[in-house]
Amino acid sequence: MAVTNQRWELNKNLAQMLKGGVIMDVTTPEQAKIAEEAGACAVMALERIPADIRAAGGVSRMSDPKMIKGIQDAVSIPVMAKCRIGHFAEAQILQAIEIDYIDESEVLSPADDVYHIDKNKFDVPFVCGAKDLGEALRRIAEGAAMIRTKGEPGTGDVVQAVRHMRMMMSAIRKIVSMSEDELFEEAKQLRVPYELVSYVHENGKLPVVNFAAGGVATPADAALMMQLGAEGVFVGSGIFKSGNPAKRARAIVQAVTNYENPKILAELSEDLGEAMVGINEQEIQLLMAERGK
Amino acid sequence: MKIGILALQGAFIEHERALNALGAETTEIRRLAHFTDGLDGLVLPGGESTVQGKLLREEGLMEPVRAAIAGGMPVFGTCAGLILLAEKISNDGNVYVGTMNVTVRRNAYGRQLGSFRTDTEVKGIGKLPAVFIRAPYIERVGEGAEELARVDGKIVAARQGNMLATAFHPELTDDLRLHEYFLNMIR
Repeated sequence: MAVTNQRWELNKNLAQMLKGGVIMDVTTPEQAKIAEEAGACAVMALERIPADIRAAGGVSRMSDPKMIKGIQDAVSIPVMAKCRIGHFAEAQILQAIEIDYIDESEVLSPADDVYHIDKNKFDVPFVCGAKDLGEALRRIAEGAAMIRTKGEPGTGDVVQAVRHMRMMMSAIRKIVSMSEDELFEEAKQLRVPYELVSYVHENGKLPVVNFAAGGVATPADAALMMQLGAEGVFVGSGIFKSGNPAKRARAIVQAVTNYENPKILAELSEDLGEAMVGINEQEIQLLMAERGK
Repeated sequence: MKIGILALQGAFIEHERALNALGAETTEIRRLAHFTDGLDGLVLPGGESTVQGKLLREEGLMEPVRAAIAGGMPVFGTCAGLILLAEKISNDGNVYVGTMNVTVRRNAYGRQLGSFRTDTEVKGIGKLPAVFIRAPYIERVGEGAEELARVDGKIVAARQGNMLATAFHPELTDDLRLHEYFLNMIR
């Protein structure tokens, strides 16, 4: 299994360096530069941000490699890109252009409704979304070196990221309190290898870094997710769908560092201009979080 | 002994664990108010140097940190920490704390596919496991600074008086000898 693999260790280590940081969705080299200058610890290169993918409908695929390369050339921080769930050929292409992290993402249309990519076969790292502990550990067993909550991308509504983080953390606490002989049954219930459940039992955390994603739109949202146990934050549509992207991006970066300090958070939340409009949970036609379990 | 750990962004908890295991007390520095008297040393952890450098400025920490190091406070920088300490970054116009007389190259091994693990002989310590993650290396060691280790001919660790810096991440391994070396610089 991946846990003993040296490449996986190095890939997990890169995620450790991203902790306490904000990863921002960008669609152009100009946006990538704004994100880097605002203090993003990495950028996610994609042709359309989730809110626009949601609005446009249709099949959503990996971005044009030329567009991704343009962003790689524009910034010095790590560059991530998305491939469809199960689409290992897209992942091979992203590896060929030396992407720093692949997001096997439910934001794009799934290419396989049964199997995820066997990520252990790749040298580049993968981050995957998860709604609960079972999904997270299954993705890690497949070779994911980083986990993020699924949330509900492109909505500007944080409720589902909160739900997913709470479910994950509560399941972790439950496993920590189990007796050792109960772990075997728990592994069976979660449909994951026993070793991963045993790791959670001993360490009280996932074996990889865990970020929040999906619906984060304000400094307060970022602080909320950090206080719930996230080790960093992805912000997709929330920045470049807002009135003043550079200022909002800077504020969210500082909010992740100072997530436990309400006084600073109050200052950071001032005068940010329009937040993205957002869609409430009840108004959504398409639940991206239900893709790929 | 109390060590301040810069906790603006990156892998600071890993350094806390290493130092705590060696019996040192640690405290996280996120704001100027946390950078108080009574610190015996400072750790600049791995992470993204652009993010950490920017937050150092915005939190008003840059000058006080620079002054403390110039005044002799022992400091240990790893990866991004090395970049923050360097007087010159050859492929980047930025200078951050800039107290150490070395020239570094950022992302010197390329993107994540270039990340690797190896063993390296560190002067005064012995052979150590060394993890390089999108790492820099040191192109030039100037007057007053001394190289401590090389990998494939490139300098990857150096010391200048109260300043210790590595291009790799000792905090990502179970080998605590570099942290011990740093604590001995304080004692």
